[in-house]
Amino acid sequence: MTKIVVVTSGKGGVGKTTTSAALATGLALRGFKTTVIDFDVGLRNLDLIMGCERRVVYDLVNVINGDANIKQALIKDKKVDNLFILPASQTRDKDALTQEGVEAVFNALRDDLQMDYIICDSPAGIEKGALMAAYFADEAVVVTNPEVSSVRDSDRMIGILASKTRHAEQGNGDIPARLLLTRYSAERVEKGEMLSVEDVQEILAIELLGVIPESQAVLNASNAGSPVILDTDSDAGQAYSDAVARFLGDQIPHRFITVNKKGLLGRLFGG
Amino acid sequence: MSIFSYLLPKKQSTASVAKERLQIIVARERSTRGGPDYLPQLQEELLQVVRKYVPVDQDAVNIQLDRESGCEILELNITLPEGAQ
Repeated sequence: MTKIVVVTSGKGGVGKTTTSAALATGLALRGFKTTVIDFDVGLRNLDLIMGCERRVVYDLVNVINGDANIKQALIKDKKVDNLFILPASQTRDKDALTQEGVEAVFNALRDDLQMDYIICDSPAGIEKGALMAAYFADEAVVVTNPEVSSVRDSDRMIGILASKTRHAEQGNGDIPARLLLTRYSAERVEKGEMLSVEDVQEILAIELLGVIPESQAVLNASNAGSPVILDTDSDAGQAYSDAVARFLGDQIPHRFITVNKKGLLGRLFGG
Repeated sequence: MSIFSYLLPKKQSTASVAKERLQIIVARERSTRGGPDYLPQLQEELLQVVRKYVPVDQDAVNIQLDRESGCEILELNITLPEGAQ
């Protein structure tokens, strides 16, 4: 049974592509046959984060238009087995993303290639690309920063997920949507400078999938074109591994959400 | 944070200001969510009908859709100018 997962947020720059790359890689590492699709038509970037930008020949729109078949367009990851990337096109024609075309791509990935998971990296905004990425989804991961505009946009997106998916249109109700809070700084939360994970959860009222700490590892990973989850020594990499485990149903405690307490001397003399 | 900061008066943290603002705006936006898309046009067309008989302002028509235990209430409020006959 193929599961389609949309990684979405509303707001741009919060970590959708980083999360899509990490989630897809994490699922593939656990043996699930996974394809990650870039839905950001016109602004292709997932290929860079996955480190396969020089191997792109065909893209999502080519497959939809019949210029290439799905097997020709899929890029097999070089580092991780079971992992495939379908890049976005660089043409600006967003109308190329038709509902029938996207459905045909999903059908091919499910029936011909027997994927276990299809991860849809949604573009920012609530335009056609974002709606198409979400329409066929069975599940959603809502990526949010602990910051007012991101939380508000996520709430908006949760509302759209509740009404604008095929699941909802067929009268089957909401798809499960879970929150991934990224760029979290426990230090700033403790100082009262940043919304806490409890604050964001209280406002958005959805289940928490994970908290990814603000980390230098994320930029290092995108510089190198290697998903951060492969950096197993880093805090962000470990947090993404935990999130993948929770995504698959494991119950594990959240890490990186509290500050390591300083001793009495440290507190007296500050720093 | 040093020992001296405990002696200073506490200001409300920016995070709690953010939370309060978010709670208010999110609640307001949720209340209009899921409403039919035709409401603005309905308002415009009703205004045109009313204007055929009474000169009223753009903002004299107020439409609200409330949902209560399974039934929807469309509330329509038109403020007629004084002395209109």
